[in-house]
Amino acid sequence: MTGALVKEFWRRFRRHRLGLIGTGVVFLLFIVSLAAPVLSPYDPSYIDIKSILEPPSYNHPLGTDQLGRDVLSRIIWGGRISLMVGFVAVGIAMVIGVFLGAMAGYYGSYVDTVIMRFVDIMLCFPTFFLILAVVALLEPSIWNIMVVIGATGWMGMARLIRAEILSIKERDYVLAARALGASHTRIIWRHIIPNAMAPVLVAATLGVAAAILTESALSFLGIGVQPPTPSWGNILTAGKDSIEVAWWLSFYPGMAILITVLGYNLLGEGIRDAIDPRLREGRQ
Amino acid sequence: MATYILKRFFLMIPIFLGITVISFAVLHLAPGAPTEMQTMMQPKVSLEARARLNAIYGLDKPLHIQYVDWLKRLVRFDFGRSFSSDNRPVQEKIMERLPVTLFINILSLVLILVVAIPIGILSAVHRYSLFDKATTLFVFVGFATPTFWLALLLMLVFGVHLDWLPISGLKSLNYEYLGFWGKVVDLGRHLILPVLLSAFGGLAGLSRYMRGNMLEVIRQDYILTARAKGLPERVVIYKHALRNALLPVVTVLGLSIPGLIGGSVIFESIFAIPGMGQLFYGAVMARDYPVVMGELVIGAVLTLIGNLVADISYALVDPRIRVR
Repeated sequence: MTGALVKEFWRRFRRHRLGLIGTGVVFLLFIVSLAAPVLSPYDPSYIDIKSILEPPSYNHPLGTDQLGRDVLSRIIWGGRISLMVGFVAVGIAMVIGVFLGAMAGYYGSYVDTVIMRFVDIMLCFPTFFLILAVVALLEPSIWNIMVVIGATGWMGMARLIRAEILSIKERDYVLAARALGASHTRIIWRHIIPNAMAPVLVAATLGVAAAILTESALSFLGIGVQPPTPSWGNILTAGKDSIEVAWWLSFYPGMAILITVLGYNLLGEGIRDAIDPRLREGRQ
Repeated sequence: MATYILKRFFLMIPIFLGITVISFAVLHLAPGAPTEMQTMMQPKVSLEARARLNAIYGLDKPLHIQYVDWLKRLVRFDFGRSFSSDNRPVQEKIMERLPVTLFINILSLVLILVVAIPIGILSAVHRYSLFDKATTLFVFVGFATPTFWLALLLMLVFGVHLDWLPISGLKSLNYEYLGFWGKVVDLGRHLILPVLLSAFGGLAGLSRYMRGNMLEVIRQDYILTARAKGLPERVVIYKHALRNALLPVVTVLGLSIPGLIGGSVIFESIFAIPGMGQLFYGAVMARDYPVVMGELVIGAVLTLIGNLVADISYALVDPRIRVR
């Protein structure tokens, strides 16, 4: 994007109230995750048998879990995990999706057919079944989860990029580049992809939210992030076991997930509206 | 029309083969073998015994031969036998679970349609009204709510504190002794929470989608024409606009099937419902390859059928599609 476009983007984005709220939430979560060692009142894996399942109090604002660990500290550290999973998984999905989508859109013909059939096949799987199978067979670990969520979440991106490229590749500046003798690789990377990135950016922001939800569901089922490493999902597993005596153990980690995912979704919505003025005009 | 359906049908065959190849590759390329799980607990098992077990399951053959063998059996609807100790045919195990999951998913699809479409229409027609703002808020919160967490909260409120609804299984202990209506009511009470929860995510998504469609259609020229003719607003909205806005919903429903089936793992494990999701979870954990394969393939085939039905019904109502 050129400078003028960025400026225009900012002008529109600034007026999008929900988008700004989302930005605030995402920004805050970043800070909390980065400053986790300073902010968290306790060591998240410090076991204190004298204070098991204590309700929220001054000492433990969000209570303690079944091993007497401080829930607030575990949620703060769990946020780091969620953030990492979200970004790495989406990064992987983006690399695969942009690469395959660009190939399909630019080269067309049989390359396009093969890649898009592959996309169709991948879209037929109940994604959560596939993720579950792979993660469970590969031994659950944070890295495996990120790779698997990324490797099963790129299809939308590929379709988006392909559609963008189909419309961009006929434009004059691409023809001009070709006339100047630029190579395919150069045309794709320097001229087409930068111009096709806008919808991908939106999809990526929404993808972070989806990846965080998937990770928490996997951890909740016991095949995601493994204890003692705290993650919002595995705190909830503990919450489920003691739901009748300790509501705080289920309530707060779920709220953390909800607020985070909401933040990313609002941010994505804001970016979408700021990028696509056509939709915006439709709303006036 | 017949050519269209035939064409669509034949397009499904390579996709189906692709699905089986990917499922097979995912399972068999993962490290560790099912026989390891069965022999790990007994250190006395000799290498020969392990090799024999591998031979029984056909795991000693090269991968592509295993795949072809599996495919040959699949053509006769034989998914093989479960590796677990009951050693029952996979299709039998899946068939006793499938109706439960399908039933819950169909109920929740119906619920989604019945609730989300009117919400979408109303919030589009009364844009920026209080109702529109409230549903927009609901949609965003709905998108962001992890269903398993909501399930826990609802269980806590309705199951534990208020004690209105049962929180696990499909039947009460005294189910066998109830009369017909007693059974229906009992089943219904057990289904309320699971159906509500599996519909929750789709509810937010579809109502938003419907609103967007409706707004898009209302902008079109033929709506302007209809209004200019002096037709009452009711007719313009519910006849001219609604029909066109409803079309894409068919496709979206087809696309939502994998998500619904995948999501069944979560609430079936929370509510202890004996469906496909629970079977899948157990099979994955025990490395019961034939069952996992069978479920992946059946799940994908259901999606294929769903998409086919969606495409056909789309073509039925929209002549532009058939002509192409």
